[in-house]
Amino acid sequence: MLSHKISRRGVALGIVAAGTFAASAAMAQKKYGSGATDTEIKLGNIMPYSGPASAYGIIGQVEAAYFKMINDQGGINGRKINFISYDDGYSPPKAVEQARKLVESDEVLFIFNPLGTPTNSATMKYMNAKKVPQLFVATGATKFSEDPKTNHWTMGWQPSYQTEGHIYAKYILTNHPNAKIGVLYQNDDYGKDVYKGLKDGLGDKAKTMIVADAPYEVSDPTIDSQILKLKASGVDLFMDITTPKFAAQAITKVAEIGWKPTHILNNVSASVGSVFKPAGLENGIGVLSTGYLKDPSDPKTKDDPTLKDFFAFLDKYMPDADRSNLNLAYGYGVTQTVVQVLKQCGDELTRENVMKQAANLKNFRSAVFLEGITANTTPNDYFVLEQLQMMKFTGQSWDFFGPILSSEAKS
Amino acid sequence: MAETTLAPTAGEAVATAEMPRSLRRGGRIALISGIVFLVVAISIPLFFRNFVVFQFTQMLVYAIAILGLNLLTGINGQFSLGHSAFYALGAYTAAILMDQYSVNYIWTLPAAGVVCFIAGFLFGLPALRLEGIYLALATFALAIATPQILKLSPLEHWTGGVQGIVIVKPDPPSWLPLNQDQWLYYFTLAVALILYILARNLVKSRTGRALMAIRDNPIAARSMGINLSLYKSLAFGTSALYTGIAGALGAIIVQFVAPDSFTLVLSIAFLVGLVVGGVGWLPGAIFGGAFVLFVPNIAEGVSKGLSGAVYGVILILLIYLMPTGAAGFVRAVLSRFKA
Amino acid sequence: MELLGQQVLAGIATGAIYACMALAVVMIYQAIDHLNFAQGEMAMFSTFIAYQLMLWGFPYGIAFLLTIVISFAGGVFIDRVIFKPIHDAPILSHVVVFIALLAILNSAAGFIWDFTVKSFPSPFGSSPLFGSSLISAHQAGMVCVTLLLLLFLFFFFRYTRIGLSMRAAAANPASARLVGVRVGWMNALGWGMAAAIGAIAGILIAPVVFLEPNMMISILLYGFAGAVLGGLTSPAGAVIGGFTVGVVENLAGTFIPVVGGELKLPIALMLIVAVLVFKPSGLMGRTVVQRV
Repeated sequence: MLSHKISRRGVALGIVAAGTFAASAAMAQKKYGSGATDTEIKLGNIMPYSGPASAYGIIGQVEAAYFKMINDQGGINGRKINFISYDDGYSPPKAVEQARKLVESDEVLFIFNPLGTPTNSATMKYMNAKKVPQLFVATGATKFSEDPKTNHWTMGWQPSYQTEGHIYAKYILTNHPNAKIGVLYQNDDYGKDVYKGLKDGLGDKAKTMIVADAPYEVSDPTIDSQILKLKASGVDLFMDITTPKFAAQAITKVAEIGWKPTHILNNVSASVGSVFKPAGLENGIGVLSTGYLKDPSDPKTKDDPTLKDFFAFLDKYMPDADRSNLNLAYGYGVTQTVVQVLKQCGDELTRENVMKQAANLKNFRSAVFLEGITANTTPNDYFVLEQLQMMKFTGQSWDFFGPILSSEAKS
Repeated sequence: MAETTLAPTAGEAVATAEMPRSLRRGGRIALISGIVFLVVAISIPLFFRNFVVFQFTQMLVYAIAILGLNLLTGINGQFSLGHSAFYALGAYTAAILMDQYSVNYIWTLPAAGVVCFIAGFLFGLPALRLEGIYLALATFALAIATPQILKLSPLEHWTGGVQGIVIVKPDPPSWLPLNQDQWLYYFTLAVALILYILARNLVKSRTGRALMAIRDNPIAARSMGINLSLYKSLAFGTSALYTGIAGALGAIIVQFVAPDSFTLVLSIAFLVGLVVGGVGWLPGAIFGGAFVLFVPNIAEGVSKGLSGAVYGVILILLIYLMPTGAAGFVRAVLSRFKA
Repeated sequence: MELLGQQVLAGIATGAIYACMALAVVMIYQAIDHLNFAQGEMAMFSTFIAYQLMLWGFPYGIAFLLTIVISFAGGVFIDRVIFKPIHDAPILSHVVVFIALLAILNSAAGFIWDFTVKSFPSPFGSSPLFGSSLISAHQAGMVCVTLLLLLFLFFFFRYTRIGLSMRAAAANPASARLVGVRVGWMNALGWGMAAAIGAIAGILIAPVVFLEPNMMISILLYGFAGAVLGGLTSPAGAVIGGFTVGVVENLAGTFIPVVGGELKLPIALMLIVAVLVFKPSGLMGRTVVQRV
């Protein structure tokens, strides 16, 4: 009886409908935001290639080299990466100008790994207003990852400075509960962030344990005066929150005046080539720090099978680079992470999907991460890397010890 | 034998570009070029996308700041390497008023102007005793001190410390069919024009002539009855006012102020812009502003690794070709017409 | 009290750095009547040349001497070639060319040798002086070399014909020409010497602050401050000024509560300004009389 109802027209309509449905389903797979096409993905980047922070410019070079390698291998899902990187000289107004250029003039899909705390502070509001991802900012400042609701489009990558401070606090409470702590810190966003993490981690004991602190400005030629002050305050645990040049000076001065405190140095300056070699390798023996990346200049890693690809990459695309510069591993790690995000996006290359996939990293590992460290994100947890391991300098390289630590602190 | 001073007098220390009389005589040429400029300026937002409009707005802001510096250095002969301090003061005034007291952005400009005028005047008072190089160094000290003062912890409650202050971008009036960038461009253009006309009138007035007399021959000026202290301090105050308003505008269009935005590099940029435009020639400010904003970008385009070197080479070549800046160039072109 | 003593000594040690720089600044000021803003970058570039020479295998002493010669030639070159075309241009144009030079040297150094810090050896070693923890052998050596340089310059300008000619050329070029002094070459000589002194300063400073393209920028500021404090006409004043700035800065940082550490440089500079307001030609400068 019912068969009468199914007329030929109905069948025809049904086939057409089914066909359209299937076709649109197939087309719905390929969605492009600005900067993405069948053959190309345009990424933007802002780095200090000139000015006071130019030492970090090499990170941009590593990223450019890695994308070149990806393109030589066929690109991501068949699309080549067009990596556009501009110099901001570490100046916030210049960073705003370059961000606007990338978004409005070059029309990139998103801005990847822009560097600097004040510079990213300047551009964060604009990026979120324009709904363009400000992905994996190259700074550990906690504020970039701590509020996914308000700053949906901004995400950090490296372990945050406060996480780092917390971990030092944990280590101190466990191993040196009666220490008299002296803190040398760079008087800016970054230095104060680590310091805050330390204080929060020590909790009530912060007031009694920290007996002296001394800030310094980037414009100070030396920090000798500050170190003398800390020593004179009876400090026996020296918390050293400095950038590479000053870290080198600190290590040298501490050795020079014959002071032997427990010396904890922050992760930013834990590079053998940029800090310990100039300071004198013997002077740095016993210095503690934390790390999350393998050190390619460590003789122990030379035969590490997981780093084979990394060394091959360096040999071919950056043969003159100084292997002891930890920024090489940093650039490699963060670029591999963003490649993972792009892979996860598949053919849906819209800005919304980029953020969605970035907030959907599950146990991702880059070869340069320490064993046991993975990248994880959720829509409510934008902290990509939250784990660190304590390490001690042997005079040649870093010796990792203890468990992989993570911090509960989120802000 | 008169012992020549090793500290250059104000007159020597500053380019005494003979007041471009050829330019004044070429009044009709000035009028025509003024109209052309106006037409071009007004039509920019119609032809360029928002980002470029933003860049031109920045250029106008720098031009206003350089105009302020020109009033002090070009017209009055007082050297200043510290104008980034007044720029910062204006910017922070605007930022704090908008962020903490919800003041409408338009009112922040006169507020910034007043604050900076007072600051400039107060700085100018002790500076009276300093000449040439020494004044340069004192203002140099001011420029260096500014970012560090802005970072001071006791002041953090207002200044936001190292984190700076984020400002909300103002909206255009609802009855205008413009977007935010276009509106801010026209707003800045209007302010720039008003300030330029005021400056020109000042320079042409008796006060202006007194200021220039102080520049060219302070002793003669004093013997003619000009109160050096008053005029020099007023010059400082006015110059600071202009640069302070520029700072406020700059803060509004960039939507962010932080100590790192106002370093010595900015003061040096103003100085370079002043010389490129022509010391003592007010319209030169626009050339200076354009140079300061666009040439670093051009240099970066040529070579990312050596952008600073390219910039330096361009600058040197420019000075070789036009030792007295755009003013000298324009004067040479005009005298070609006269001959 | 012990801390005070230590900080004073540390201040003298850092002050030696500033004094070196201040000396170079005053030298060139005496020679050309301008402040050379690119002085720091020239010194930095010279130090990199020394670094490169040592990388190529030259021993320290030879590298040191070669660098002095190259820097001297460089200084003469800058004067005779780069500044010649704008000889008659107003002072501000000169200042801008200095700035351009600064940008070029800084950028070129970063491009050739990159921006990470490098260690630079010291001829005096880095061990503490006689085992004292207060001042290292190198820093003491720095102080000595600075004083020796000062002595050399004093004799050069006072008692040699060339020195006298240079002073004449700077003080009164017109009259100097009349008595046969070749003013142009005296200027160039002044530039060369300033460049050479800058190179010595850089080579002495690098072991302490570590070599990198941006190392001289803040030191130059302190050098200017020291030079002005002492009076731009007096090399001895410049050296004393440099030491004073170092000590004051350290003491301010240590003993002024709350803001001391954050305001070290501004306090030092404000001090300079204050001195200038009361004694415009600096502590030891000659008061100049302007005749109408």
